[in-house]
Order: sequence, then structure tokens, then C-alpha cells
Amino acid sequence: MNVELKNIHKRFGKTYANKGINLSIPSGAIQGILGENGAGKSTLMKILSGFIQADSGGEIVLDGKPVVMQSPADAIRFGVGMLHQDPLDFPPMKLLDNFLLGMPGKLFLNRKEAAQDFNRLANEYGFNFDPESYVDSLTVGERQQLEIMRLLFLGARVFIFDEPTTGISAAQKTKLFDTLQSFPKQAITTIFVSHKLEDVERLCDRVAVLRAGELVGEFTPPYETKKFVSTMFGKEITLGERQPAKTGDVVLSLKNVFLEDTRVRIDGLNVNIRAGEVIGLAGLEGSGQGMFIRACAGLVRPVGGKIFLKGKNLTGKSYYAFKREGVNFLPAARLEEGLLPGLSLLDHFILAEKPRGVFIDKAYGQRLAEERIKSFNIRGTPASMVESLSGGNQQRAELALLQTPLSLVLLEHPTRGLDIESMIYIWSKLKDRCKQDGAALIFISSDLEELLQYSDRLLVFFSGKVSEPIDASGTNVEQLGQLIGGKGWPQKGDIHA
Amino acid sequence: MLKTKAGRFIFQLAAFLLAMGFVSLILLATGASPLEAYKNMLAGSVGSMRKFAEVLVSFVPLLLVTAGLLITFSAGLWNIGVEGQIVLGAIGSVWVLRQFVDSAMPPAMVILLSILSGMVFGAVWASLAGMLKTFGGVNEIFGGLGLNFVSTALTLYLIFGPWKREGVASMSGTEPLPDVFSLPQISDLRISPYALAMALVAVAIVYFILQGTYFGLKIKAVGRNIRAAYLLGIPTWQYSLYSFLICGALAGVAGALQVTAVYHRLIPSISSGYGYLGLMVAMLVNYQAVWAAPVALFFAALNIGSIQLPILMKLDSSLSGVLQGVLVLFVLLTEGVRQRFVKKA
Repeated sequence: MNVELKNIHKRFGKTYANKGINLSIPSGAIQGILGENGAGKSTLMKILSGFIQADSGGEIVLDGKPVVMQSPADAIRFGVGMLHQDPLDFPPMKLLDNFLLGMPGKLFLNRKEAAQDFNRLANEYGFNFDPESYVDSLTVGERQQLEIMRLLFLGARVFIFDEPTTGISAAQKTKLFDTLQSFPKQAITTIFVSHKLEDVERLCDRVAVLRAGELVGEFTPPYETKKFVSTMFGKEITLGERQPAKTGDVVLSLKNVFLEDTRVRIDGLNVNIRAGEVIGLAGLEGSGQGMFIRACAGLVRPVGGKIFLKGKNLTGKSYYAFKREGVNFLPAARLEEGLLPGLSLLDHFILAEKPRGVFIDKAYGQRLAEERIKSFNIRGTPASMVESLSGGNQQRAELALLQTPLSLVLLEHPTRGLDIESMIYIWSKLKDRCKQDGAALIFISSDLEELLQYSDRLLVFFSGKVSEPIDASGTNVEQLGQLIGGKGWPQKGDIHA
Repeated sequence: MLKTKAGRFIFQLAAFLLAMGFVSLILLATGASPLEAYKNMLAGSVGSMRKFAEVLVSFVPLLLVTAGLLITFSAGLWNIGVEGQIVLGAIGSVWVLRQFVDSAMPPAMVILLSILSGMVFGAVWASLAGMLKTFGGVNEIFGGLGLNFVSTALTLYLIFGPWKREGVASMSGTEPLPDVFSLPQISDLRISPYALAMALVAVAIVYFILQGTYFGLKIKAVGRNIRAAYLLGIPTWQYSLYSFLICGALAGVAGALQVTAVYHRLIPSISSGYGYLGLMVAMLVNYQAVWAAPVALFFAALNIGSIQLPILMKLDSSLSGVLQGVLVLFVLLTEGVRQRFVKKA
């Protein structure tokens, strides 16, 4: 099926997630879509799969016919199916029932007939499934296969894959690629969204690169990795003056730490981080850095190894034990995890302080709140509800909640969605605070410029692999971009794809 | 305008009028005169001192329960089990009173002990729902509902089993307790000033807990966003459990007062639905403690005012329940509408 996207715009508030995108994909092609986090890939795919609607003026044309899709169900009726990064299936259901979901029309199910269809399709694609087993017994890769089958059965002619190779095994990846490579023969069009350069190079016959909501480049083989990286991340980035860290004693020490969740596994990690040091964690989302930072906060327990904080063994201790030792974790999801919607700034500052008796001293709280609001440049009043603040102000409010004592600050995307001025301001605040308390700082970011500018050392994560600490002054955007995309890694040992 | 206090008030007034209108339509459909019904309800609740005293008798448990529920709602919990917590409070109270029937202990002391016992029973019963939630992953709504049934069964067992009347067990309850175990009442009215005072003090304490203490703020934090509260270092499950304990204790006091101030024995329907009614009051006041007392008083008046409807107008006395329920629904509805307008504006 031919897919044409014409002049697609999508605005969220003031920012463009997609800006005038024109892309035409011939029938049977495997189209790669590259771009860093927040480049607008997901938005574009959600528009194409009916999850959200583009702003007026654009057009989606399938096989020459303009279509309007109000919902994912609409999209599948037109033959467009999407596989999400996290499979949208129903873990407590049987495979067959899950398979039958979304079938239009019929009131009664003919399970026998359906089971035959199921087995026929599974055989055809070499998937090994028992239709009567339950979805939650499957791995992420198998759930993906199930979803592919379901969409094929519903008659999908265009498949959108969002980061399909994250969290599946090497064997499953090979299987997936074999499946995708059989699609062109049936004139099924594939759209492959990824930030993994290697996968895209291996699989796609054409590649489009998005940056900041715009389509900035289209490529056909032979590909040049360098070219991809510079197109994805934009112009050469000039680094400002970096200040070398004055480091103190070791604050955090990880000894042969093993971490594991359903998607990635980190094996035998050894790191020492010193007071005054800033460590940047680079990598695609879901490469293990989130798990790493949560393990440092005491929120995720390592399955092996030891974690020391200022020489104290905190392995397996609770989050509160970490917190007592001065570990402060500020999560990325501000309104979900970091702040309390429905409570005011004043309430937040009072909660973050140590209680002084039973009753709240309102006058003291008011002074405290006013002082923090001023020093963190938050646009709001002590009585402002946090959910009424803008994103940048919420971020600053979260930073203003940093508690004492402070020995280790852990930040997820501390400046995501902020303008450059706010970013500089927040970093100066953070650095001051860490210097003052002799704390180390670890942060996750997908902004390479920010990582290079503010880190002393960098750890790059790729599918659970963790690089040796890289001196931030000795690397550049290009090298970092390649590492993030899984290129240029030393070929040895612990690989868990 | 929509965001101001006045705007909010206008919407609430509208809700009240809509609810009255809706109930009037129901009355008209059954061929009764709404005006006459409302007049009878008014006369039946505040028509005389005696009737108003009855309203207060109903007001006391309702206010206690509402006060407790304000705490659990603040902690983000739906303590449906409050009904059973009242029942257990009553059982705890009767149990103590029975122990001292022939003792030389001063009756005032025994009554105090029995109320404390009711408090503990209610709190322990609530902590069951709380522990099912925190350690067993059982939603407090289901846990509470289940425990409500258990509490009813327990009451019936006691009435027909170990605590049955001499000779014949009956639905009218256990053997009445000696008169000395009754809370003193105002002259010949049924209301006990002590019970009334306890309810008012309870709601005042809850108000101060929620407005001015670290404890209350932490409860609210847990209710607003348990994840963020945890990351801020608040021991979340402990605070959930504390809120259950407080609510259960207050419901237990309500149950104990039903025994010592109203029924003087254990009867099958000792909780009289005050738990569910309290949930409605708490929702209606939007979890603001200041409004709990007036609204609870209004609901109690509706309850008492409708008692005479079957005799006077051949209407069922459940009309008050219809009015209460409809009122809550309309208030929630108009609040939803207001929020939509606020978002658009």
C-alpha cells in the first residue's frame, strides 16, 4: 500500500511536534524513520495510526485516496496497524482471545474457526504459539509476534513499528527482521521507527530523518553513519568553557552490580563517583539508564553486587535508608512522581522540610516558600497549586524540594522541555547546591549538548551494555551519537541484546 | 467568575434547586404534592423542640462518621467499611457494659470505658481493611464491603447466640442494659449533650488535623499522589493505615454512642446506614471539614422529617434517601460542568 503524508502539522501548545512534514512511501517499502527523543517521530506515527489527529491543512493519502482517521480502529479499517513500543495487549487473557480482539462486527465468536486461522498464520510466519496459553507467559518479543499476527489477521497493509528492537533477544530480532523482509513480497509497507542506527542500516531501503518536528533529510543506501548522526543531532555543537571538576572523596561506589527488569539487563557494573563530580547518563530511553539511576536511589534492588554510599553498604536497603544518607532523586514524570497535584507550593516546601513539632508554623512556611520561589525563580505564589504551573516552573519547583543533607543528587531529564535560559539557570543552581554540600550528581538526558556541557564523565547505555566512564572533554557529539546508536562499541563480553 | 467562591456557590445552589426539582417531579408522578411533602418534612424536623432533638440524635453519629471519612478521603481512600466499623464500635461498647452489669464501678466510669472500647473495636476493624489493602493488595472498597457483611453476621450471631435475651432471642436485640449505663439526656428530650459535644469536638479536631498539622498534610500528600509522597520520604502505607485507624475510631465512637445514648442494647441495624450516609455527606462537602457539620445536620433533618410521611401522606419515608442521593449526584454533576467551563475559559 502506498502511503503519502502531505503537509502534516501538529502543535501542542506553542511547540510544534510536527511541522509541515511531507513523506511519500511506495508500496512494499521498508521505510526507516530516525530521530532523537522528542524529534516528532512518535507524534507522526500516532497521526498515521489514528491515535491523534493532525492539525488542519494536512492530508494522509493511502493508495491515492485521501483518508480521515479518527481512531486506531479507523486506521486498521484502512489497513494501517501500529505496534507500540510497549505492546498494547491484555496480559491476563488467552492468546486466542487477544488475537480475536478488534475483530469487527460479529457478536458471537467461532473459537474453533479462529483457532484454525491462528495456527495457519503462526505456521506461515514460523511463530511458535499455543493459542490457549496466556499472554503474560510471553516475552516482549513473542508479544510483538502475536501483535503482528493480530494485525495481519485484521488486514493491515501498512505496519508501523515503534522501537521494535528494544528489549527483545538477538534471536527474536533476527526473527522479526526475517518477518519484515517477507512483507515487501506481499506489498505490505513497513515503517520502522528507531534510534538504533545499526538496525535501520541493516533493514531499511530508505530512511527519513526528523529533527525538532521537521523532516530534515531522506537517504537511500549505501548509508553513511556519520551523515545520519549529523542530520539527527543538527549542526556542529560548540562547547562552552567547561570547568574541570574538583573532586573529593568517593560518594557512590557500585561493585559488580547486576540489574534486571523485563526489558534489559545490566551485568557486573563497577563505578566510583566522587563528591563534586557530575556524571551524565546517555542512551536511548529504556537502555538501562533509568534502572541504573533508580538503583542508585534505592528504588530498584540489584540482583547481585553491592552499593556503597560514602563507604556505607546500602545494598538491599530501603529507599528511606538511601534518603537518610542524603540521596535525592527527582524523577522525570513531574506531575506523576515528583509533585503532588492538588497541593500548593507552600504545602510542598513544608513537606520537604523536617517537621518542626506537630503543628505547621504557617508564618514560617510562608517565609520559606517566598524565599524558595524567589531563589529558584518560580513563577507562582506560595498558594499556587503545582498543577497550574508551567512545565519549567514545575521543574524548578521540584529542584527547590531538594532536601538536606545532600550527598548524591539523581536527576532524570532535569531540563527536558525547557528553553535554553531556564536550562542554564537550573544548571547553575544545581552546581552551586552540589558544591555547597559536597554532593555528587548523576543525571539522565537525551540532549547530547547538555550531556557534554555539564558532565565531567559520561556513561553510555545501549541495550543494557554500559560503557566505561568517558571523559566528557575528550569526546564529541558524533562519537556519543554513534555509541548511543550502538556503533563503535568494543566487541567483548557481556552483550545482551 | 467560574473560579470564584461566588461562582462555585451559584453552581451549588443550582444543584440544590435541580435536586429539589427532580424530586418534585418524582412526587408529582406519584400523585403527591411536592409542596405539602416539603412542608411536612420541615415540620417533622424542626417543628418542635422534641423533633429537633431527634434530628440531633441522628446528627451525632452522622457527624462522627463524616469526620472520620474526611480523613480517609484525604488519604485517597474509599472507606466503605465504615458501616461495619460503626457496628463493631457498638459491639465493643455493649461488651464492656455487659461485663460491668453487677459491678460496683461508678457508671460514668463504665460508660467512658465502653466508649473507649467502641473506639478500639472500630479502629481494629478498620485496620483490617487497611491491612488487606496495604499487605494483601485488596482494594479497600471490596475489603470494606466484605467486612461490612461480616459485621452484620457477627451482630446477628451475638443477638441470637451468646447475648440473646433471657428466654427468647429476637430481632429486637439483646436484653436492654441497666438505665445507669445511659448517657444523661436533656430533661425529657432524647438527645445527650455529651454525645453532641463529642461529635462537635471530633469534627473540630479533624479540621485542625487537616488544616494545621504535619500529620494532616502528609495524609493529604499520600492521597494526592502516593508515588510522589513516597519519593518525598513520607512513609506512605503507614499513613494510609493511620487514616484507617482514625476513621475507624471515630466510627467506633459513633457505634458506642448508638448504644449508650440511643438504643441501650445491641440491635441488628445498630449502624442505621449512617456509614453510607456519611460517605455522601463527605462527598457533598467536597471533603472540606468546615462544611461537614451544617450538611450533616441538614441530612439528619431530612431523615427525621420524612419519618411521618407514611402516616401523613402515604409516602414512603425513603423519600429522604432519594433526596439525599439526588442532591449528591447533582452537586457532582454541576461541579463537573463547572470544571469543563473552567477548562474552556
